[in-house]
Amino acid sequence: MISVESVSKRYGDFAALDDVSIDVESGSLTALLGPSGSGKSTLLRVIAGLEVPDSGTVLLEGRDVTGVAPQGRGVGFVFQHYAAFKHMTVRDNVAFGLTIRKRPKDEIAATVDRLLEVVGLAGFQTRYPSQLSGGQRQRMALARALAVEPSVLLLDEPFGALDRNVRTELRAWLRRLHDEMHVTTVLVTHDQEEAMELADTIVLLNAGRVEQRGAPRDLYDQPASDFVMGFLGPVARVDGGLVRPHDVTVLLEPDDGTVEAQVTRVVHLGFEVRVELEFGDGAPVTVQLARHEAERLELAPGQIVYVRPPEAAVFIAEGI
Amino acid sequence: MAGRWTLRAVVLVYLGAILLIPVGLVMYKTFEPGIGAVWDAVTTPAAIHAFWLTVTVTAIAVPLNAAFGVLTALVLVRGKIRGRRVLEAFIDLPFAVSPVVVGLALVLLYGRTGWLGDELASTGIKIIFSTPGIVLATIFVTLPFVVREVVPVLREVGNDQEQAASTLGASGWQAFWRITVPSIRWGLAYGVVLSTARAIGEFGAVSIVSGKISGETETLTLLVEKRYTNFDLAGAYAASALLAVIALATLLAMTLVHRRKDAE
Repeated sequence: MISVESVSKRYGDFAALDDVSIDVESGSLTALLGPSGSGKSTLLRVIAGLEVPDSGTVLLEGRDVTGVAPQGRGVGFVFQHYAAFKHMTVRDNVAFGLTIRKRPKDEIAATVDRLLEVVGLAGFQTRYPSQLSGGQRQRMALARALAVEPSVLLLDEPFGALDRNVRTELRAWLRRLHDEMHVTTVLVTHDQEEAMELADTIVLLNAGRVEQRGAPRDLYDQPASDFVMGFLGPVARVDGGLVRPHDVTVLLEPDDGTVEAQVTRVVHLGFEVRVELEFGDGAPVTVQLARHEAERLELAPGQIVYVRPPEAAVFIAEGI
Repeated sequence: MAGRWTLRAVVLVYLGAILLIPVGLVMYKTFEPGIGAVWDAVTTPAAIHAFWLTVTVTAIAVPLNAAFGVLTALVLVRGKIRGRRVLEAFIDLPFAVSPVVVGLALVLLYGRTGWLGDELASTGIKIIFSTPGIVLATIFVTLPFVVREVVPVLREVGNDQEQAASTLGASGWQAFWRITVPSIRWGLAYGVVLSTARAIGEFGAVSIVSGKISGETETLTLLVEKRYTNFDLAGAYAASALLAVIALATLLAMTLVHRRKDAE
């Protein structure tokens, strides 16, 4: 259990964190999501003790650790750029925390071998980090962090420096690993897809404040603000409200609550069709239709259509 | 093609005229009278004393500057202090000031009529015309080397690894010895080799503060100069050859260290 209470952190005039409070439940996987400069990395570093907050408190498992140095917190931290100890072998990297704790040699060796097995690096014991790929280095860094049996695991954009394919693969792998080990995990990411795929809970940050906290589906279906809605997926503005492009209905005849628009472009993207429209006032909007729907309507540039936003969208727009 | 060959020829002739021929001549002149004469010249009591004085001074000055250099580099790169640029400029001062001026400055401070002259005389500590003065002068002129080599390495490695070590339970001291020092080791080694070469070869500052007392405050470079001015050319060549051998060993160490440094 991690509790962050009213934490603020300024760098000169810039407020990186502005009175932020969050709770992370034991055993959960929480994503801190937000654009760059939203304070998500700073928050993670405050939890780890790598940054000292100007005010507020941090509790780990009920213990106030606000004034405690990183080495006394019992956290595991994984850095975006791996922070591999370049002059040490994979074995010595993973063993580092245990060596510092002066554990018996055979116990260290057993733990290291077991963890390297878990992260899929068995047989790489005597390699150096420079002989590993990016994905392998990050898995080594994860094994290193897990070796000290941390109460919480903190991951700062762990897949940010990797190729797209490796990233996707490691994401699925991390989720499986978490389901097996149940270490309370906090993951920082700017990638909403990554957060939706991995996390039980998403904390969405913007400009140093928490915008919304909840399960991925709740954030997607019931966004608390236009910002949350816009950050979690594509949006279209219809009749003054923000809606998802695939929730818009396109009709050929006017009906209750429809708005007239002209088709400017039709793009076929396999199973879905992207239709670019323009309202009477010149405002552009892009909607998504299923392929069969688009074919039934026989849309073509220049055509006049009538669009209807979903009812929920109007509700949100009025609620803000 | 012709252009490239001309360029090579120019470089080779230049290097030959400026470096190889003079050094080669010293070697030739040294061994002209025969190996026995050389041995005799470098094993006189004065020469042996000069050799050991040079080694002693280097053995004190270089480790001190290595420790100070690493600390200064850490302050310059990691510290959030005001006036960092001024400090950086100060570090380079020994490069800018002529060694002779350094020697004079030390005399002005520690000499018999200097600022601290009376205090030193009353406590019986002798700095000028004594080994401590030579050590001080050598430390001054070799101060920047380690700092200059370590600063860029520290900048490049960043502090991610140290932070990782601290989250894994390492104290600041443990992170320094287990992470920082190994990461900068080749930069540090190169700085140490450069400092050593400079310490052994230093002449100007040392010549002012030492008083050149044979068998007491005479270093190898001072011995070469004394023999030369006393028309003992064979002796001067022999002592030079000894310096040259030490220099070649340093050069070899430099090349090896540099190769390791580049490999990482």
